[in-house]
Amino acid sequence: MTGLGFLLLQQAPSRLITLSFGDLLIIIIYFAAVLAIGFYLKRHTRTGEDFFLAGREMTAWVAGLSFLAANLGSLELMGWAAAAYQYGILATHWYWIGAIPAMLFLAVVMMPFYYISKTHSVPGYLKLRFGEPSRALSAVSFAFMTVLMSGINMYSMALVMKVVLGWDINFSIWASSLTVAVYVALGGLLSAIFNEVLQFVLIWLGALLIPIIGLIEAGGWSGMVERISKNFPGQDYTHLWRTMAHFTDNPMGIHWTGIVLGLGWVISFGYWTTDFLVVQRVLAAKDLRSAKLAPIIGAAFKMMVPFIVILPGLLGLAVLPVKLTGEDVAVATGGHSYNEVLPLMLARYLGPGLLGLGITALIAGFMSGMAGNVSAFATVWTYDIYRALMRKEAPDAHYVKMGRWCTILGVLVSIGTAYLVMQFKSIMDYVQALFSFFIAPLFGTVLIGMLWRRASPAGGFWGLLAGTVSSIAMWAWVKVDHSALAIIALSPHAKDMAENMYRALWSWTICVVVTVAVSLMTSPKPVAELTGLVYGVTEIPTERHLPLYQRPIFWAGVVGLAFVILQVIFW
Amino acid sequence: MGRHFISIWFFIGLLLLVYGVIIAGLGLYGLVSPPERVIVLVRLHAGIWWGALLIVLGAIYAWNFRPGR
Repeated sequence: MTGLGFLLLQQAPSRLITLSFGDLLIIIIYFAAVLAIGFYLKRHTRTGEDFFLAGREMTAWVAGLSFLAANLGSLELMGWAAAAYQYGILATHWYWIGAIPAMLFLAVVMMPFYYISKTHSVPGYLKLRFGEPSRALSAVSFAFMTVLMSGINMYSMALVMKVVLGWDINFSIWASSLTVAVYVALGGLLSAIFNEVLQFVLIWLGALLIPIIGLIEAGGWSGMVERISKNFPGQDYTHLWRTMAHFTDNPMGIHWTGIVLGLGWVISFGYWTTDFLVVQRVLAAKDLRSAKLAPIIGAAFKMMVPFIVILPGLLGLAVLPVKLTGEDVAVATGGHSYNEVLPLMLARYLGPGLLGLGITALIAGFMSGMAGNVSAFATVWTYDIYRALMRKEAPDAHYVKMGRWCTILGVLVSIGTAYLVMQFKSIMDYVQALFSFFIAPLFGTVLIGMLWRRASPAGGFWGLLAGTVSSIAMWAWVKVDHSALAIIALSPHAKDMAENMYRALWSWTICVVVTVAVSLMTSPKPVAELTGLVYGVTEIPTERHLPLYQRPIFWAGVVGLAFVILQVIFW
Repeated sequence: MGRHFISIWFFIGLLLLVYGVIIAGLGLYGLVSPPERVIVLVRLHAGIWWGALLIVLGAIYAWNFRPGR
């Protein structure tokens, strides 16, 4: 879900920005603050529930903002600003249809089952619903994916710091990742969540000035559109859906069915409802109502993120005196690449101090994403792999200790991955594919598990395995025989992104078909064992006694309506 | 809530307050000694009013969520 694809393999020609003492002071204070929070919270982190679930005491706002911040990596900011410069407002699909419906679905439909089952993780839910094999499969694949993603993000961030600030790659990797390791190892999820809320605020306050000043310079939205039309005649950069009728009509090479079914349905629902990296934040909510409200609050803010990510990219099209290009051309000509649009805009508008705040926003984004990866990895490793497969009975304190060590180990493995990527950059080409390997089928398994009581343990396991294996097989097929793209992605013109969308859709479909077929041939669990796990046999607390404005469903409706209105406005 | 943390909003308020003072201070200093690096729309003095905004927001949050309240 990040814009990783847009930050691949960039070389560092020279630094774009030179920081003043005031800017550096802002950054140093930020590092001191996140570490101080970690040390402060250590004394409040004693039990496994504290360390892995933040004591289940978070308010809806804290859980909701943390839920979103864990997703807002620095690559998200820079990658999608670059995508907006390259593809225009089409990049907004990843924030709107690629997120909002899924977040609302998680809140209204799925959260009750996660929360009432008292599971500590998504693989933990699969254990309760389908049994140990399903849990083991999803836990191992999640741990692998998380550490790999974390390392790749780390490397990309270090590369960005080298290009933008001229910082040494090794310094960036070690300084930022060890800071995350220290505060997460000290305070566990509690510390990760608290810092994510802080980071969320800094991301907004550091990035918000760019669109504000940019719109003043461009003469508002209409002035910006006019300038873009003048700078890039004949191209439509400011409409969401008009160019989606054919694969060849838009620079992404994608059809609206890929966006709606691949991104809006499988990829988005898979990520926002089953990726434990984000779901873990909501499980830390203090009660069911807060757990339902948290994704809705996250969705409301997610809908506004394009203002600080996409709009700067569009403003770059309107006001930058130079035209940005792809990496290869930029390296060959000594020009600037798409990836540099956000740093260029930062340098264009922000004076001393503000620039430091802007860079802090990028660093905060990276650290919140990494803390999300590391804390989720520590939980899944400790509870779903170590306790389930290696040491079933041990005192709670032992698992907390394991969680702390695992946090540090996770960071070190991520650092190792970062150096591996440095040597073998082609690994980064496969990152987006990882998502469709594991998350898309997992969504099918969890969804059926929650909504269909007849789904059997065997059905859950074989469906998940078939979805994952088929996804890897489809990916390998296209690698070996490129003409297979016309079958997998429905068009020989489809680009990588479109291929990922359709592959995710097929692997989800295969998972669902196999789960249903195997379930019908095997014995389901007794209904008594499904209480709290499945729709129809779980008593979900009513909210009818609450005034309308306190009900999650009401706010989900408000956010959903705003989402529809935005589609119409920018159609 | 079984335990009593200092609210995260207090930490955020404190940090914004410190940042506001630094950024507004650098903005004011820029009036008497303009920085070498030229930025677009420098006449808006974004550093001063953004720093002031951070000070106000920071003060409100730090005060409202102060420990022991």
